[in-house]
Amino acid sequence: MPETATVEKIAINVKVNGKPYSRQVEPRMLLVEFLREACDLTGTHVGCDTTYCGACTVLMNGLAVKSCTMFAVQADGSEITTVEGLEKDGKLHPIQQAFGDSYGLQCGYCTPGLLLSTHQLLSENPEPSEKEIRKAIAGNTCRCTGYMNVFKAIRQAGRNMKGA
Amino acid sequence: MFAEAPNIVAEEKKNGSGRWVGASLPRKEEDRLLRGRGKFVDDIKLREMTYLRFVRSPYAHARIVSVDTSAAEALPGVVCTITGKEVAAQTQPFIEIAPDHAQKIRDFPMAVEKARYQGEPVAAVVAESPSLADDAAELVQVEYEPLEPVVDSEQALLDKSILHEEAGTNRIWTGIWEFGDVEKAFQEAAYVVNIDRMHFHRFSSTPLETNVVIGQWDPKEDRIHYWCNNSFPAFAIQFLAAHLAVHIDRIRVQTSDIGGSFGIKITSYPQMSVCALASKKAGGRPVKWVETRSEHMISSAHGNERTFRDTRVALDKNGEITAIASRHIDDCGAYPRYEPLGCVIYSQVFCGTYRFKNARIEFTQTVSNKCPVGPNRGYSRMQHLWFLERIVDICAHEIGIAPDEMRLRNYIRTEEFPYTTPNGCVYDSGNYPKMLEVAKGLIGWDDWKKKQADARKQGRMIGIGIGTTLDSGTNNFGQSQIVNPNAPFSGNSQGANCKLDIYGEVVVAVGSCPQGQGHETVSAQVVADVLNIHPDMITVRTGFDTERNVHTGMSGTYASQFVVSGLSAVHGAAQKLKAEMKRLAASVLETKEDDLEFGVGQQGPEIKAKSTGKSINYWGLANIVNVNSAVLTPELQDVTLNCRYIWRANFKVPDKAKKYGNLTLTYSSQLHIAVIEVDRDTFVPKILDYVAVDDCGVVINPRIVEGQVYGAAAHGIGAALMETCAYDAVGNMLTSTFSDYTPITAVNIPNIRYGHISTPSPFTYSGAKGMGEGGAAPIHTISAALQDALFAQGIFINNSFNNADSIFRSLKYREGGQLAEQVRLEKR
Repeated sequence: MPETATVEKIAINVKVNGKPYSRQVEPRMLLVEFLREACDLTGTHVGCDTTYCGACTVLMNGLAVKSCTMFAVQADGSEITTVEGLEKDGKLHPIQQAFGDSYGLQCGYCTPGLLLSTHQLLSENPEPSEKEIRKAIAGNTCRCTGYMNVFKAIRQAGRNMKGA
Repeated sequence: MFAEAPNIVAEEKKNGSGRWVGASLPRKEEDRLLRGRGKFVDDIKLREMTYLRFVRSPYAHARIVSVDTSAAEALPGVVCTITGKEVAAQTQPFIEIAPDHAQKIRDFPMAVEKARYQGEPVAAVVAESPSLADDAAELVQVEYEPLEPVVDSEQALLDKSILHEEAGTNRIWTGIWEFGDVEKAFQEAAYVVNIDRMHFHRFSSTPLETNVVIGQWDPKEDRIHYWCNNSFPAFAIQFLAAHLAVHIDRIRVQTSDIGGSFGIKITSYPQMSVCALASKKAGGRPVKWVETRSEHMISSAHGNERTFRDTRVALDKNGEITAIASRHIDDCGAYPRYEPLGCVIYSQVFCGTYRFKNARIEFTQTVSNKCPVGPNRGYSRMQHLWFLERIVDICAHEIGIAPDEMRLRNYIRTEEFPYTTPNGCVYDSGNYPKMLEVAKGLIGWDDWKKKQADARKQGRMIGIGIGTTLDSGTNNFGQSQIVNPNAPFSGNSQGANCKLDIYGEVVVAVGSCPQGQGHETVSAQVVADVLNIHPDMITVRTGFDTERNVHTGMSGTYASQFVVSGLSAVHGAAQKLKAEMKRLAASVLETKEDDLEFGVGQQGPEIKAKSTGKSINYWGLANIVNVNSAVLTPELQDVTLNCRYIWRANFKVPDKAKKYGNLTLTYSSQLHIAVIEVDRDTFVPKILDYVAVDDCGVVINPRIVEGQVYGAAAHGIGAALMETCAYDAVGNMLTSTFSDYTPITAVNIPNIRYGHISTPSPFTYSGAKGMGEGGAAPIHTISAALQDALFAQGIFINNSFNNADSIFRSLKYREGGQLAEQVRLEKR
């Protein structure tokens, strides 16, 4: 199938972290590839190829999605928030602050995805139970922390956001 | 609810003794990682970059009849292709560490004449974009002639189908460790316990970031530049230099942030080779390879799989183990690569935490048609420690002693440290009975025993298990000479540099490549104490770079050693810098060195003369050396304020014939207790309670240590219950995606309650002991707890991996009488 080399590209408009991006993309381009390659936002990571690990989690119109499991064209017209969009005027988001304070990361590779899954959880439920926390990040694999300090971070983030 | 960390300093402040070492300082690495501004290799874009994709063998064992890359090369956007034959024509096979016949193995980074495991690279394509490389890889036509696969190490020993014909056998290495008087111990034993077969399964700690390499080899320059996430670059370049015929000092390796390694990324040098060769063929354009998760699962590296045969244990009438004899057969996969080092590394913990003096272990390693193994967190020691813990539990059960009591009777006594093991290793410090006491207290041992007894009356299967483990750190490379007397390695070393930069900034560089262990933070803590300044006033360089002049031939991040080798180097460099600063300041401030006080003044970090109150800040000191040097007096001409220090461990080469000598500098220990229930209907094992107690001597940063304990525990719990690299009978890997392999998630992890004791090491400057690997305590602990739950059903846990399916099968086979007698007790 050599014709794939000259496949027709599709124009899309996506707002990422408040900034509009108009790009011509191949239909097969994944949303995560769009963010990393077309927008140069490399904070969003890829850890698997079967929607298991959630390192690629971003917010699409406020909802956490795995950007490796969506085509860029599906994001046409939507608003995306990546990890780079969490801080405000250089100040860490309360969730970012809580993860730092609680040692909720080690290598930091899964962290962007975890921050955004946490964002969705706490937007809906600022005081989640243990079970709700576990369920909310069931799709975010962390290989370093053993999750204990991630759980602490999420509870701390809930408290931070209430106080904010 | 979740467990809270006990008595740990949560805020940023000095510890009780007024030092930064020992305080839970927030990590310096955090800010960039939290903002999504970490720099991982795949984040790097270079001019004219090209992208490489491998074509891999679908067969575990097959002759390669032909490789046709013409259609791929015809695809617009394809830069070049490269085949195994081309690689072999341009390179030397990788060095083999094994001696004798195994030296003849011809290991290339791609299959040449035949493929020896499913997923072995056969060809590679290089294109202008990753997706074009994907398309082109599909156009490569490879014709195979399948051969008989070998997927089990005992089957491999029969040599019916041989992987490496040039070696003539699948057996890579055999050695016998024999100490004491084994025969006499068995003659005098009150009990002898025989265990037919035990098996430690294959798994991998699967870092979330896969292997990534950017290689650039400008054919005009004869220099190679790598940006990659290899976690032991000093080792990788030794393999690459001989193989690519490039002088080792002309290979530059840079790492930056690394998304986990756990040892697995040590063995990415074959892919590094292909990226360099492809770059050369592409006229020197940089070639980037980003491993997919499936590629990682089938072809990066797995942990060692090991079978324990014909184990015999001699015990006296009190249940003290007096001798162990066994045959161990290790499966290293298709190519030895880092092996057979595991064949000796196990013996760092030859007697585990126990006192027995007589032992005979015959250790053999074979190849098989599976993914090559590589060092995986707890490398080679965890298999052996699991074996010893299984022995202790099974023997305790057979002679009717409680497992906690059995351990107390057999542990090395606290007053015996430093303890010399039968094979000459020196355990620096430890207090195993105390760890047991703390762990029992944390879990509520007596309470659980009552609950267990009540539950058993209702027919519920609840088990309580103890796992004791060791994390031997800072290895003596001299042990390589036990597997190959000609291996040119011994000792251990690490380099660091500490300087006042041109205008006075304190800058530290060290030859490690951290992957989340917080090296920047703990290095700053150490230097802050030396100079009596705040750690925020210290910059620690991120990642590794052969052009930083701080690496030795052993630099990297592996073998639970940064706190010893890395921080000793940092500490040494900081002391050298401090001495120079003192000489300079004494001259400038016209006073004696012992009149000087290091601290922070109104103009930042400074040195003050106590007698006069005059001070000079770091900018002032650096200024004299770097931009105002005419004022330097003749006796200060050697002051550079740029101090390099190489730390070397005080090791000797072991006695190769006797396999005797000190193989590791420090021995951290952990003791875990788990309570597990096996569901009567579904057979799903569920952890009801879990505690982990560690002892790594003096702690530099308590929250970092706690995090390492949790992380290692999660790997062990995952490995014990969920994670296995499963193969079918013809060598197809059955767990080649995360969805099949199922790494442990937030819904599977039990609440881990953490405890800590400290027995300082007498062998390190700080009293700290390396602790990153964790010793895989959960694997031992969960096997023990399942054993306790299932002894009543006549089941012996003889495999390190247990899930609902395997437990169900064991119970059904037992009921049906199909389970052969696995354990036999002889009473004398």
